[in-house]
Amino acid sequence: MTEFLSMGGYGNYVWSSFAIFAIVLTLDAVAPLLKRRRVLRELRGRVRRAQKRSEETA
Amino acid sequence: MNPLVLWFHKLGSPPYFYRLAGRLLPWLWGLGLISLAVGLYGGLVLAPSDYQQSDAFRIIYVHVPSAWMSLFIYGFMALNGFIALIWRIKLSETLAMAAAPIGAAFTFICLATGSLWGKPMWGTWWTWDARLTSELVLLFLYFGVMGLYQAIEDRRQASRAAAFLALVGIVNLPIVHFSVNWWNTLHQGSTVRLFGPSLIDSRMLWPLLIMAIATKFLFAASLLSRARVDLLELEAGKDWARQVALADGDAA
Repeated sequence: MTEFLSMGGYGNYVWSSFAIFAIVLTLDAVAPLLKRRRVLRELRGRVRRAQKRSEETA
Repeated sequence: MNPLVLWFHKLGSPPYFYRLAGRLLPWLWGLGLISLAVGLYGGLVLAPSDYQQSDAFRIIYVHVPSAWMSLFIYGFMALNGFIALIWRIKLSETLAMAAAPIGAAFTFICLATGSLWGKPMWGTWWTWDARLTSELVLLFLYFGVMGLYQAIEDRRQASRAAAFLALVGIVNLPIVHFSVNWWNTLHQGSTVRLFGPSLIDSRMLWPLLIMAIATKFLFAASLLSRARVDLLELEAGKDWARQVALADGDAA
């Protein structure tokens, strides 16, 4: 196991590379989920405001 | 009209695309993660050490697929930009702009991991070699497209302006690809070939190809996920978007 982690003495370089790959792609996957929450919140606010307006005019 | 053309027209309709992409997403993420697991196991555990570079060569399993994706996604973005400019299809505008940040992410991974490989192998983090420089220009092109898209108020005008920039930037793709042949670069030439035998042992090659497939799936999943949200935002005034928001409101 230690031998596997040391990667023939290049462990730092190899594991940093794989970590960058994992972190950047995770951020890439999470970004649209966060945006989706924001867009849906705004959309619901819009719908509620439109309902309120139509109630006031009625 | 023939059924294929009809389906194509239907696909261009935002609510239809939204539903279809929603159904495809779990499969794309699933296939992406499974192939990623297989590729990483193959690359980190099963593939033998390189006789010159020992285990440092394993960085190629993230570096090379990311480099391929950086070019592939640029091509995809420019193609959709072209369609958006000629036929004004809303879905193509959305897909082109959704692809840009994913392409930038892969280009960044490619440059960063290349640097981490270059330090122990070449003795330097960075050199102004043709391959490295043109790949850096590719990253800036992605940033330019994203920046231009953000800078213009009207979303549809913004995506057409950015699509135009993406089309101009296409000239950089052959430069990146052929840089190792055209100039005397420190970066090595291609070892994996579409035509003719590859210059890499098959035990090292197969995990690389699996990783290339995995990154394709991850790109597709991220792209559809982004395009769905962008369409929802773009069509916020439409009935279907309101219905999606209300249906989701109880769950969120």
